[in-house]
Amino acid sequence: MWKWLHPYAKAEKSYALSGKLMPWFLAIALPTFVVGLIWGLAFAPADYQQGDSFRIIYIHVPAAMMAMGAYSTMAIAAFIGLVWQIRLAEMTVAATAPIGAVYTFIALFTGAAWGKPMWGAWWVWDARLTSELILLFVYLGIIALYNAFSDKVLAGRAASILTLVGVINLPIIHFSVVWWNTLHQGATITKFDKPSMAMEMLVPLLIMIVSFAAFLGFMVLYRFRNEILQRESHRPWVIDLVKLASLKANGRG
Amino acid sequence: MNFASFSDFIAMGGYGFYVWLAYGVSMVSVIFLVVNTSLKRAKIFKQVEQRLLREERIKAAESREDRL
Repeated sequence: MWKWLHPYAKAEKSYALSGKLMPWFLAIALPTFVVGLIWGLAFAPADYQQGDSFRIIYIHVPAAMMAMGAYSTMAIAAFIGLVWQIRLAEMTVAATAPIGAVYTFIALFTGAAWGKPMWGAWWVWDARLTSELILLFVYLGIIALYNAFSDKVLAGRAASILTLVGVINLPIIHFSVVWWNTLHQGATITKFDKPSMAMEMLVPLLIMIVSFAAFLGFMVLYRFRNEILQRESHRPWVIDLVKLASLKANGRG
Repeated sequence: MNFASFSDFIAMGGYGFYVWLAYGVSMVSVIFLVVNTSLKRAKIFKQVEQRLLREERIKAAESREDRL
């Protein structure tokens, strides 16, 4: 029943499929970004306590959520790659890490820019902030480890193992606001209860989350294709692809 | 619209610096990521192309030597 999946373990097939999917992810990411951005920045009402500074939420929360989402994706891919020795899964780990790192950086930076006017400090060693900073270091560690080996099979395996070790940080980040008495506020959406946020503020936030998720998908596919090209650069199908591209470039010039 | 004028919008109720700093740095980081990825793709294509040209040159040189 699941045999149709088999050909996609071949790099060439996966390259073509991800190329076909990329525009769809972008088609979701861009319009939602424009709508969510304008709605969140200009049309959502100001917070009764935080005024207009709360508008940072429209990038802070989506970036933080998708930073963890990216890590979960990597963890699943790393497990599959290690257990069933599927090279493409390890390439997914390598492709996703830089995007997760950028999202984590955005979450930390926007948090600092929000913390300064609200808490009076750019940074505090609070459980949520510290565990999120560790996530950034884990991401950077995975990227550095992957780049440290010239043998990419070995690099993929090492990066996958580190990814699985780092999974321990995910529940710590999520529950940090519950387990410790933190300055950072608790969850407003990801809980088994009604979201504690007014509809006019929540809808643009949800739109931005969709946008960040779709953009994450788009970038993962983009970088995944790069990984495939790099590793398969001696294969005939990549050589044909390069020849075709250079023919097109010469035709134009 | 939540703001009366464009300058009100820029001011963000006094929090303009922090809001625009957060949005600006986020945009720059995302653009950096996209540029980095597309440059990497171009670099791979260039490397393969140069390798193919080198192989062609080597082959041509060998066939010249054969004729001598």
